[in-house]
This record gives sequence, structure tokens and C-alpha cells, in this order.
Amino acid sequence: MSLFSLLSLAIAAILSENFVLVKFLGICPFLGVSKKMDTALGMGMAVTFVMGLASLCTWAVNTFLLIPLGLDGFLQTVAFILVIAALVQVVEMFLKKAMPSLYTALGIYLPLITTNCAVLGVALLNTQNSYGALMSTAYGIFGGLGFTLAIVLFASVRERLEFSDYPKAFEGFPIALVTAGLLAMAFMGFSGLSIG
Amino acid sequence: MADEKITVEQAAGVSKDVPEEQVAPPAPEEKSGWFKTNFLIGGGEAKRVALNGLLYQNPTFVLLLGMCPTLAVTTSLQNGIGMGLSTAAVLVCSNLVISLLRKVIPNQIRIASYIVIIATFVTAIDLLLQAFIPSLSDALGLYIPLIVVNCIILGRAEAFASKHVPGSSFLDGLFMGLGFTGALAILGAIREILGAGTIWGVAIPGISANPVGLIQSACGGFLTLGFLIALVQWMRSRPKKGGKQA
Repeated sequence: MSLFSLLSLAIAAILSENFVLVKFLGICPFLGVSKKMDTALGMGMAVTFVMGLASLCTWAVNTFLLIPLGLDGFLQTVAFILVIAALVQVVEMFLKKAMPSLYTALGIYLPLITTNCAVLGVALLNTQNSYGALMSTAYGIFGGLGFTLAIVLFASVRERLEFSDYPKAFEGFPIALVTAGLLAMAFMGFSGLSIG
Repeated sequence: MADEKITVEQAAGVSKDVPEEQVAPPAPEEKSGWFKTNFLIGGGEAKRVALNGLLYQNPTFVLLLGMCPTLAVTTSLQNGIGMGLSTAAVLVCSNLVISLLRKVIPNQIRIASYIVIIATFVTAIDLLLQAFIPSLSDALGLYIPLIVVNCIILGRAEAFASKHVPGSSFLDGLFMGLGFTGALAILGAIREILGAGTIWGVAIPGISANPVGLIQSACGGFLTLGFLIALVQWMRSRPKKGGKQA
């Protein structure tokens, strides 16, 4: 566990194995909450925060509860989704009391995060790769940053799409998917990029 | 699928006297009566549920739910159908159980309860696939446990199963699942034919020599689905020709 391996993890999670554009995790909020730049940024920050926290918590639950009790084979999914749902609820209540301004900024996006597959996905990937506490948390945060990067880029393209001309049948969802496809093609340029 | 419909309508024919199940009546005393009101539903209702799931409210092309697995695993027809059927199985079981428990679960914690029920069935499917179809389990990998957060399942639980009797919830799960499977199969077939030049693993002469590998990659998934949904929107926006086409 060195600075170097953290850096290579960051490059993988943000660029070459981007959660949204390469791994297809968290597509629903990616397509749903990306009509405006600032809301996209808000969603990205909320997801980053929850992903980091969820990685740490699910690591703790897995290491101190599931593995000693021999339950990690079949109770992982159920336990993780409950931890994530509870965590999102706690974060929501905490923010409401402690940081009302941030709470109103994130507002409606927080409850949506429970069903964001990037969060459960990162928890499962952490256990699959048997990362430690620090590495798990780092992977969660970097994955969230990758999500933020993708959703902000996507939202900025969609804002411009408002004023462009395309066939009527493509209105709404299809043109967004085509845009995402082109964005994914750009991210393919990062594939194979790694250090060390 | 056709057989399924016939049996349902036959079943409905037997129970013509059972009224439409919009307002659930208080549970009758006898066991057989309870079964009748909760599981035998009218033929018209069954047909409406079936058409909704397969066509008018197709989860992928019309409701636009559950996009992550739709895009991620449809690199081939086989994977698409495998994923579709796994999701359908979970959807049928969870719809049935949630509908049976709909009067027991308190309103405040219903979402959490639904998620636990869904996660239980997903774990069961995951373990079954690992045991009996390991190749599919390997191909779908992470996306099998991620069925838990597939919006279709929670969406149908909240929108349908929590308000309807077990019989129609079961059918809704079945047909929504089949509609999802169909969409995934179409997407998977297109991407396999164009991206690898094969169909169900069998090479197609003429295309297999130089396939467009890009279609099987991440960006191809977005593009194919984008064009397919554009096609659906175009078909729905055409003027109606007398028939009651939606």
C-alpha cells in the first residue's frame, strides 16, 4: 500500500475503467440527472461522498461481521444493500441538521443514491478484489470522482444539445444515449492506460 | 408464452363469477375462497397486464427502466437472454411475495422491506446460476448481484405489486420480465451480429470475416440502444391508421 498504488488506482477508476462509461454502473442517474451542469455536479459530489463512506462501511461489515461468522458467501448482497440504504438515510439526516445549505443543494438526489448501482457495485468490487480499508475507501472516492467527471462532461454536452437540430424521433432519450456513446468512444482512448 | 396465456384464460373461464379485483374485498373465511379471490383473475385483466408488459409499457423501450444491465451485458444474444430471464425470475418471485405481504408491511418502511425481499431472491438466483450454469454466471459476473438495484423490480413492487392481488402481480412480474428479456434479446442479437458476426455463437457467413468490434464495446451499447429507442419513438409518433395502435 503505497502512494504509487493509490495513484494507479486513481487513474484506473477515473479514466481507463470509468464507472459509468466503461463499466456501465450508475447509468440511471447519469441519464436522469444530467440536463443541467450544476445539478449534475451536485449529484456527482453526493455520489462521491456516499461511495467513499459506503466502501468503508461495507468493508467493516464484511471483515468484522460477515467473514468471522462465515456468512460472506450468501449474505453479502443483502447486508450491503441494507448498509447502503441505512447509510444514505443517516447522511441525509446528518446533513439536514448540520449543513442545511449542502442539504438543500443535494436535496432530492440523496435518496436516489440508494438505488444507484455504482454504490453497490463498488462495495462488491472491493470484496472481489479483497482491498483493505484504505484501498476500499480510496477506490470508492476515485470511482465517485470518475462518475462526477463523466456526468459533468455529459451535462455540458446536453446543455448545448438544447439548441441543436436533430431528427424528431431522437428527441429526449435517444439523442442522450448517442451522446453518451460518443463520450464512451472518447474514453476508450484511455483504455490500457496505467502506471506501474 | 402462448401456452401461459391460454392456461390463464382457461383458469379465468372457470371463475367467471369472481368480480374484478380493483377494490380488494375483506378476506373470506374459507381457504378455497381466499385462493379464488386472490389468485384467479379475469381474462381481460390478464390480457391487459400481458400487453402492458410486453408492448405498451415495455420496461426498456417505453418506461426506460433498468438501463445498467441493459447496456452492460447485451454483448451477445446468450448473455442478453440469460440476464433477462434471471431478472424475470426475481421479478416474478418478488412481485408475488410483496403482493402477499402488502397488508402486513407498514407504509413507512416499505421500501426497505422490498429491498430485503428482492435481495433475498437475487442471492438465490446468484447461487443457483453459480451451481448450475457457471459459464453464464462468469459472463454476467458483477451484474447478477446488481439485479437488486435494478429499478424495474423496485418500480414494479411500488407501482403494481403493493396495490394488486397476488394473481395479477405474478402475471405483471412475468410479462414485465418477458418484455425486459425480449428487449435484451433484441439488443444482444443486434450487437452480436454486427459486433462479432455470430448469432448464439454460430458464425454467420459474410459478416464473421470482418465484424465491427466497436458495437460490442461500451460505446456500441449506448449507440445501439439510442437508435432502437429512436425507432420506437418514430413508430409511436406515426399517425394512427384506424386501428387502436398505441
